[in-house]
Amino acid sequence: MSSVSAGADPGAVTAVEVTEAPTTGSPAAAPRKRLADREGALAWIFLMPSVAYIIVLVGVPFALAIGFAFSDVTAGDPSFDWVGLRNFRRAFDDPVFWQSLTNTVIFTGVSMVLIVLLGKVLANILIANFRGKWLVRFVVLLPWTTPVALSSIAWLWMLDSIFSPIDWVLREVGLLGEQGALLGSGSNMYWLGKPGLAMASVIAVHVWRITPLAAVIMMAGLVAIPRDMEEAAQVDGAGYWRRMVEITIPLVLPVAAVAALFGVVFTFTDFAVVDVLTRGGPNNSTQVLTSWAFFRGIEGGDIGQGAATALFIFPILLAAAIAILRAVRRMDVR
Amino acid sequence: MTMTTMPTTTTDAAAAEAAAADRLRRRYARRYVARRIGVYVAAAAAAFVCAAPFLWSMITAFKQNRDLYNPANSPFLFNRPATSDHVTYLFDRTAFVTFAWNTLWVGTLVVAITLLLGLPAAYALARLERPWAGWFGVAIFLVYLVPPTLLFLSMSRVVVELGLQDSTWSLVVVYPTITIPVSVWLLIGFLKTVPRDIEEQAMVDGYSRLSAFWRAVVPLAFPGVVAVVVFAFTLTASEYIYALSFVSPTNEKVISTGVPTELIRGDVFFWQSLQAATFLVAVPIAFVFNLFLDRFIAGFTQGAVKG
Repeated sequence: MSSVSAGADPGAVTAVEVTEAPTTGSPAAAPRKRLADREGALAWIFLMPSVAYIIVLVGVPFALAIGFAFSDVTAGDPSFDWVGLRNFRRAFDDPVFWQSLTNTVIFTGVSMVLIVLLGKVLANILIANFRGKWLVRFVVLLPWTTPVALSSIAWLWMLDSIFSPIDWVLREVGLLGEQGALLGSGSNMYWLGKPGLAMASVIAVHVWRITPLAAVIMMAGLVAIPRDMEEAAQVDGAGYWRRMVEITIPLVLPVAAVAALFGVVFTFTDFAVVDVLTRGGPNNSTQVLTSWAFFRGIEGGDIGQGAATALFIFPILLAAAIAILRAVRRMDVR
Repeated sequence: MTMTTMPTTTTDAAAAEAAAADRLRRRYARRYVARRIGVYVAAAAAAFVCAAPFLWSMITAFKQNRDLYNPANSPFLFNRPATSDHVTYLFDRTAFVTFAWNTLWVGTLVVAITLLLGLPAAYALARLERPWAGWFGVAIFLVYLVPPTLLFLSMSRVVVELGLQDSTWSLVVVYPTITIPVSVWLLIGFLKTVPRDIEEQAMVDGYSRLSAFWRAVVPLAFPGVVAVVVFAFTLTASEYIYALSFVSPTNEKVISTGVPTELIRGDVFFWQSLQAATFLVAVPIAFVFNLFLDRFIAGFTQGAVKG
């Protein structure tokens, strides 16, 4: 399809080629083109800077991260000595590591399900037509476009142990703070102070933050679904649920998979929400792999240990990457 | 053979038909109204859930201490006159303006680097017809999924080796590793929407492939490029763990790390100023992003679908 550019290009080719072009008609038979016209070379020249940048600043640190995990590097002693699996063995012996791993998986799993379901609902709302749509879209984007650390601060204040407005509303409606009230007689919920509630709060903030992105991704998918297919099914007498199961869900599935995997990646790798809201507390009940790696590696100075912990993010990411590839390929086939 | 027996209309049949149609019409009208109400209720609920923390921030930012720190007071009303003291405190007595300025110029430079490297790469993958372009594009995109939280420890070492520790410049160098992959992915989509005829015509008119790209394709893809600019800027403004690991002097910090670390001193929270900072940053970014949301969505699908 690109051969037009090489064969019939009177402005850029030499006189020799003009005589040749009509007879051969093959783009491969024009080796004397200027560099700026040679697509193969141009492709590499165009790609090289990005590829080089990524190799130097992602590839090298990635290799280094693996190296650190097998070394005794600390903040005080940055020299590199091979220690084999010692960092991993120490990580495995540490109950906090296992708690972090479990928490990470729980947070990610629960948020992913909620993000996909709510994302679909939100996407349906956003593609509907109504007055004030612009304002609603603007507001819905807020959780995702606001820097994570700042929106987490807003939530930290929402969930404050004494001044939480949620607690105030609960007290006003009599669910909290009275004798025999449904949520207890204490004057506050201590959202971030009790292990179970703190986990729920962290999950809620993740879901709140990433659902808009999932909705935006799914909007893209919903808009791309041909309307006539659904209308045809409706004319043929297929009911709502039948259409849902046999048309909408299969068509939405690839894009929902992409949204789900973005949700997984963002939740799984997030550090800011936990760091700002709970710093892993109370009693490590919201500690995740990333926060544990940060506290060990940067604040504790044990870089080898931190790197070994962070490395556990990778197998999950690899699985996510493979799943994304497959979802994208399904979209390509369509 | 068909036209011979036109049904001699029985009037009551027609009337019944009309009544049925009328019933059906009314049923659809009722359903329509119900659906409209449902849409509005759902939209309002979604908007409220998304905005709640920010609404609370806005109220908080203008409250006096004696009003705010009294659990008996309604948190949603101004029980004492509103004050802008805490907002002026944010601007006059904290480094907030420095943080904002740092975020702004870091973001601008990162976006510039991203476009400089990403646009040609995206063009190569979208138009130069290499057989490996498809999987290469996916491979670049997958780099986006390698998270800062995995790389921050070794990246700190790289930053030290480059002599950039405790400098905002470290972020300028490192952030394109986040923005380039995803921008290339989006730009591929936008470049595919530019009709091939246009660059071919440009080349027929005597441009080389290179100048056809620069003078014909880039201007036409400009709206998409702007969407990528907004997206990349949002990503850099949100980044947290790199900024936290690399930069500790107050004057070198960006908003996402400066506000949480400098406005929370131990157990002392400057709540009103913190909340003012939150919505002062949140609102403009979301506003600009919303302007380009449709383009962003378009780029997202087109990057994934074969063009």
